[in-house]
Amino acid sequence: MAESQTEDSDRGLTQDTVLGSDQDSAEHQEMSGAEILIRALINEGVDVIFGYPGGAVLPIYDVIFKQKELRHILVRHEPGAIHAAEGYARSTGKVGVLLVTSGPGATNTVTGLADALMDSIPIVCLTGQVATHLIGNDAFQEADTVGITRPCTKHNYLVRDANDVGRVIHEAFYVARSGRPGPVVVDLPKDVQFSPGAYAPPKETTHRTYRPRVTGDSAKIEAAVEMIANAKQPVFYTGGGVINSGAQASKLLAELVQTTGYPITNTLMGLGAYPASDPQFLGMLGMHGTYEANLAMANCDVMVAIGARFDDRITGRLDAFSQGSKKIHIDIDPSSINKNVPVDIGIVGDVENVLTDMLRIWKKKKSKPNQAALKRWWTQIDTWRKKDCLRYRVNDELTKPQYAIERLYEHIRDRDAYITTEVGQHQMWAAQYLKFEEPKRWMTSGGLGTMGYGLPAAIGAQIAHPESLVIDVAGEASILMNIQELSTIIQHRLPVKVFIINNHYMGMVRQWQELLHGGRYAESYTDALPDFVKLAESFGAVGLRALKPSDVDGVIEEMIDTPQAVIADIVVDPDENCFPMIPSGAAHYDMLLGLEDQGEVSDAGKMLV
Amino acid sequence: MDQPVDRTHTLSILVDNEAGVLARVIGLFSGRGYNIESLTVAEVDSEVRLSRITVVTTGTEMVIEQIKNQLGRLVPVHDVRDLTIEGQSVEHELALIRVEGPREMRVESLRLANFLHARLVDSTTHAFVFEMTGSTEEIDAFVELMRPLGLAEVSRTGVVAIGRRSDTNDAKT
Repeated sequence: MAESQTEDSDRGLTQDTVLGSDQDSAEHQEMSGAEILIRALINEGVDVIFGYPGGAVLPIYDVIFKQKELRHILVRHEPGAIHAAEGYARSTGKVGVLLVTSGPGATNTVTGLADALMDSIPIVCLTGQVATHLIGNDAFQEADTVGITRPCTKHNYLVRDANDVGRVIHEAFYVARSGRPGPVVVDLPKDVQFSPGAYAPPKETTHRTYRPRVTGDSAKIEAAVEMIANAKQPVFYTGGGVINSGAQASKLLAELVQTTGYPITNTLMGLGAYPASDPQFLGMLGMHGTYEANLAMANCDVMVAIGARFDDRITGRLDAFSQGSKKIHIDIDPSSINKNVPVDIGIVGDVENVLTDMLRIWKKKKSKPNQAALKRWWTQIDTWRKKDCLRYRVNDELTKPQYAIERLYEHIRDRDAYITTEVGQHQMWAAQYLKFEEPKRWMTSGGLGTMGYGLPAAIGAQIAHPESLVIDVAGEASILMNIQELSTIIQHRLPVKVFIINNHYMGMVRQWQELLHGGRYAESYTDALPDFVKLAESFGAVGLRALKPSDVDGVIEEMIDTPQAVIADIVVDPDENCFPMIPSGAAHYDMLLGLEDQGEVSDAGKMLV
Repeated sequence: MDQPVDRTHTLSILVDNEAGVLARVIGLFSGRGYNIESLTVAEVDSEVRLSRITVVTTGTEMVIEQIKNQLGRLVPVHDVRDLTIEGQSVEHELALIRVEGPREMRVESLRLANFLHARLVDSTTHAFVFEMTGSTEEIDAFVELMRPLGLAEVSRTGVVAIGRRSDTNDAKT
């Protein structure tokens, strides 16, 4: 892209010649729909978009060609564009933007849209559409994009008039980032891109109907503070909502947790919101969470859920979920409160605002936790911790996947690193063994569980943080789902590292088949895997391989020291399972700890995923 | 703990009258497995382009609360009112009922229609069409009365409802 930018200036084209004069004098000027689009994106502060061209977006690409403010990252398949936009958004807190063509271009983003909706990631997805007079005629590369994406977006728009382009784009950004963030699709017919329209940057951002509540109810916050102060066995359970609320929310959370001295656990999405090295941190909770985190949840008397949504991976069997506790739930999305688990105090509001109020009230009331009770609670928690639930058997011949990830952590812990993952066992091991000290460093497909997420997400993170170390912790099955994006990585000279935990199986599928299906490994073994070293080389990246535990450190060091993109193929024990595990349909206290403890799964549990 | 019971609620949803808004509301119900007993929609303010959707739905208290919250976060939704909880509301539907048959049966249907305030809106040599407005129960009862008298076809609007006083949001439409 750097080359094409210098070429642009050689042509003597500047943004002003194409997009009109600067913003201040841009009151109601006439531009084409495509020019309005790009001008509006720039006015929204967008500096990079991920995309793939096609017939129905050519007018937009023509405008992109003639300007210099907006960088376009060409991916190799549209799922790469949306996951890259997700990685960009999650590592920066900004809205991620992508541009794809009509029909297959749009439908290829559907999985990523559903992914961003589940994980509350702010995305604006611009799709081309056939000309308005062709809509509904089964035209070439026509799809009912707004119809198809309606249930997997926060909102979507079909723009039928170039005069509406500017307003809709600004509204799309507002909707994507406000309240509980999410993906927004803007479908742009080709004739609208060509036709002239008026554009004026918006003066205000208030929306006619969509105004999410951000300040918590003060009476409820007061009651919550009282409940927290009187707790004997409290636990903070916090999720991605803290990270989405912004850096200040994480600081306030740490302050509240440290002021109270209470234990805290994070969801998969919430890792990094609280420093993992702090002794009050119990690790991740949920299906593959730590023993101490899950037992603290099961046995607490006051649970403080912040920006978390009581997902089934967290609660296990609902009727056995932390039955004796009073629950406080802080969330910006009213529909998340009382959805799965009834709570005693539900506070709708932005985490940052609510925590600010909580801390203020806590200090004003000079609240003091019950120290004697808290001491007993920590003593109890320490006995759970002594189980050392992440312990695994080391082997000199075969690398244990946990060992590989632990070693990776030792090499990156003091570095400026961003981690993405694919989906499966390696993802859970990464969540268990990598420790995150700050938010926005960890990007993984939580709600939807999208294999193929990590490599393009790493592209997005690397584009946003060109000097940082970006590593996709992958499995050999997941990585093949978007392997084409290696070509994107090479084109844009991104030093992304791919750390493949290679066990030859779709490991999590194999694990479930072992535990639930009598060890009949139907279609979970991948025969004919590529040679990942040669594959890396064929794309122009560096390939490394660790065949045994003694190779691992050297490979990690070389991977980090290599200035270009690397695939590190870490060959690991194919039979290793991911523990602890709360099987589907089981309660928190029915956790399988691995090693000698391989329990039974109920028939009802087998019905669940 | 008490077993949660399903209850019927009438929701009144004020939305921007824009393309696809009904699909958003219906898609929310079907996608999340909520019931729709009846649904009516029409524009109520052409100047600011607002429509009112009236949905009759059933669910446990937790599910109804969930439905309202889910509706509330749809971007084009202005306001969601639960008329069943607010209590003070008028809920009516309109039905068109065609009765066909021999003269004496139709005469009997006309007699009952007059008595029950159904209006004769069309008549041919062999059929009557009655129009009736009222509560769902009143219309059910009338339809049952017409069944032995040559009931041929029924068309109903579903419930439209309105609060008897404005809610806190002071909606005028």
